[in-house]
Amino acid sequence: MTRLAAEGLSAGYGQTPILRDLTLKVPTGAITAIVGANACGKSTLLRCMSRLLRPSAGRVVLDGRPVQGIPTRALARELGMLPQSPIAPDGITVADLVSHGRHPHQGPLSRWTAADDAAVATALEATRIVDLADRDVDQLSGGQRQRVWIAMALAQETDVLLLDEPTTFLDIAHQVEILDLLVDLNQSRGTTIVMVLHDLNLAARYADHLIAVRAGRVHAAGHPDTVLTEDTVRQVFGVACRILPDPTSGRPMMLPLGRHRTTADPSHRKDAP
Amino acid sequence: MLALVVAGVALTLVTGPSLTPPLDVLRVLAGQEVPGAGFAVLDLRLPRATLSILAGMSFGLGGAVFQTLLRNALASPDIIGISAGASAAAVLAIVVLGWSGAAVSLLAVAAGLLVALLIFGLAWRDGLAGARLILIGIGISAMLDSMIAYVLSRAPAWSLQDALRWLTGSVNGATLGQVWPLALALMLLGGVLLLRRANLEALRLGDDAAAALGVPIAREKLVTVMAAVGLIAVATAVAGPVSFVAFLSGPIARRIAGAGRSPLIAAALVGALLVLLGDYVGQHLLPARYPVGVVTGALGAPYLIYLIILSHRTGRPA
Amino acid sequence: MMAAGAPRAAVVALRRRRRGRVATLAGVGAMLALACVLSVSLGTRSVGWADIGAGLLGRTDTMAQAVVAVRVPRTLLACLAGAALGLAGAVMQGITRNPLADPGILGVNAGAAMAVVIGIAWFGMATLSAFIWTAILGAGAAACFVYVIGSLGPGGATPLKMALAGAATTIATSSFTVAILLPRNDIAGGVRSWQVGGVGGAAFDAMLPCLPVLAAGLVLCLMSARGLNLLAMGDDAAAGLGAGIARTRALAALGAVLLCGATTAICGPIGFVGLVVPHLCRLLVGVDHRWLLPFSALTGAILLILSDVAGRIVARPSEMDVGIVTAFLGAPVFIWIVRRRRVRDL
Repeated sequence: MTRLAAEGLSAGYGQTPILRDLTLKVPTGAITAIVGANACGKSTLLRCMSRLLRPSAGRVVLDGRPVQGIPTRALARELGMLPQSPIAPDGITVADLVSHGRHPHQGPLSRWTAADDAAVATALEATRIVDLADRDVDQLSGGQRQRVWIAMALAQETDVLLLDEPTTFLDIAHQVEILDLLVDLNQSRGTTIVMVLHDLNLAARYADHLIAVRAGRVHAAGHPDTVLTEDTVRQVFGVACRILPDPTSGRPMMLPLGRHRTTADPSHRKDAP
Repeated sequence: MLALVVAGVALTLVTGPSLTPPLDVLRVLAGQEVPGAGFAVLDLRLPRATLSILAGMSFGLGGAVFQTLLRNALASPDIIGISAGASAAAVLAIVVLGWSGAAVSLLAVAAGLLVALLIFGLAWRDGLAGARLILIGIGISAMLDSMIAYVLSRAPAWSLQDALRWLTGSVNGATLGQVWPLALALMLLGGVLLLRRANLEALRLGDDAAAALGVPIAREKLVTVMAAVGLIAVATAVAGPVSFVAFLSGPIARRIAGAGRSPLIAAALVGALLVLLGDYVGQHLLPARYPVGVVTGALGAPYLIYLIILSHRTGRPA
Repeated sequence: MMAAGAPRAAVVALRRRRRGRVATLAGVGAMLALACVLSVSLGTRSVGWADIGAGLLGRTDTMAQAVVAVRVPRTLLACLAGAALGLAGAVMQGITRNPLADPGILGVNAGAAMAVVIGIAWFGMATLSAFIWTAILGAGAAACFVYVIGSLGPGGATPLKMALAGAATTIATSSFTVAILLPRNDIAGGVRSWQVGGVGGAAFDAMLPCLPVLAAGLVLCLMSARGLNLLAMGDDAAAGLGAGIARTRALAALGAVLLCGATTAICGPIGFVGLVVPHLCRLLVGVDHRWLLPFSALTGAILLILSDVAGRIVARPSEMDVGIVTAFLGAPVFIWIVRRRRVRDL
């Protein structure tokens, strides 16, 4: 079953095409990760799906309707988007920022309601930032700030959530924390999540569905077990690798092979105790 | 470039309210008495042409140094308030204190340096950041401009003409006596700047990269900026803030000199040419007589539009 | 899922903030009233309470009552112009996400001034409503021009590039203005005193044609408050929340241009009010534009009235135009804002 799909999508900035006749389906209620080399069109694809960028050909379809035809505010009630580098206005508090997530649910004249308050409070609780509600966003750490942005997207109460590299610039502990939070969300609310991720191994572990993009087209899509193979990695990223089973999750795990230090050289090996 | 400048000088010397035959001009320059032409060429046009060249070179050189150092084509001294201090002091001295002549120029130089120091002082916080310097300069010059406008609105009509030249810059009424201090400053400070061309080019790569290349950043910035400020202040004191010459010379010179080479010499020549031609256009080609600053200032708007078109075509930063 | 009756600390915090803002609003309103009283009573000649009362009732029997009759429209004009400039400044800072945006710094005032001078010199324009519309046209053209130049190159419209583009445009337009004025001694004097920016020559019938324009600008600006809140988070995030980015920007910019243009037409270019006021208000009520915009209007009115009073007192027995007072008040604030920010944000 699928609600969100791209059909024959082509797009680009100015004259240079980035996406070329790309077609894909996003499985509903699952976590989808989009991976690919730099400048392969991952972010462009996400921007097209959230209607931030108008495709030059083809279309993105939500529930059978092309997203270009859905009014902006109505679309924002169905589909949330967290861009790569949103800007926190100087001196805004966490609670105020998260409250902005209610914008698509308010008419031009309607007043703030108890339902709005409840949605904001729920988002703060789900991301565990209630204690930070009165703090200025500027004063938060990178990981906390990312949770605030996700809380804003949660307050939007959409069934589909798109995230562009939600873990960039975070240390490994915060990366895991954010991804765990997204899984919680997916499991408790059934939210469909689509995210661009840089780290192949985290993508393979956390996603139910992996889409590998190469040169503006979908190169492979499916369960991480079938997508993350030595062949795919070589074709998509241009690097030789070894695929091992992740001992904790059973998902595939990728070890890149360079020109040096890849053979078992006893002089580099620490003796096991 | 040099040939163009020489041609510009020749044009200035030959033309006036009445045309002087080129041969007569040459004879005057050679020291012969030519009835009817001697006064016009030696006492009016020669100082005017010399002053135009020297002021133009000073502005061009100073502007190119600022643009290189601050890594921004829009960051020339006339925009970031370096010349506003000199003008404000001069206008105040003429209108309120009733001064005239050399005293005004001296005060203008002093005030130009003082305002520059003030801008640097305010912009200094753990080192001299270009962005902060530019913005504080804009703030200060906005304040000074409003002061100038206020003083001028209160000015009696007879001092207005004299004061107005400090608003836009002009080489009207140039005398050889004004030329010498400027020539001296240009030789001294311009020399300092030209000797530091290589270091300036290294600074274009950014402070950290320049430091890695062995350039002592703080000292180098201080020396070059002070030299450029001095040059601009002296030139402003003599010719007024001839608008946009500093602003336009750098980018044009860089295009002529090519990307890899230092544009300083080319910028000085372009500056000289701009002032010469601007003055010529203002004097002879327009219906009314305009001071050179109005002509060069009006060139600024098309240049800005050109920047837009350029960056749309190439997609590169302007 | 979370229970409906959960502690909701966030909700409590939001409500507390709103109450605080209402109290501040009342305080600012009281200050505006006080500023108006000061403006009517203080000046080159001070007047007493009895004369103020009589003057307000329209009597001009004594010297003092006549002074009041002159100061009342002057105060009203300062109030209107200050509110318009403060509001326009807040909106421009919102649209461009630029803390240094100000009609003066961005060259919008200079554009309006040039348009008016062209209108007078070339087309013999004389009616006030023609001034107003020409000024609005000039302000709009300058605003577009500066915004396009300022957003050239990588990084988009940074505060630094916008300020530089504004300064360069100001120089270019003022050169044109001087070029037009130099051979026209007949109009130069009048234009020059107008260029300082002042509220001295206020009269009720001169203000009337401006009122509908100001009202339209006010409505457009206040309507865009919520959109500006979203724009503050970046274009992508705002679009993701369902804001029509281009429409919000265009409507808000139109509102700001109407306000600036109309104000510049009657008072001449007055700088720095639009810069200082929104920063002051952000300290008072935070960054929510639904509060920030009305506060900026009120505070702008207070600032301009007090500046005008200060200009009358400082330069006794003459007076100093309000434009120069705001410049000397505003430039230090501008420098303070620049110094406070980290270099990479500029």
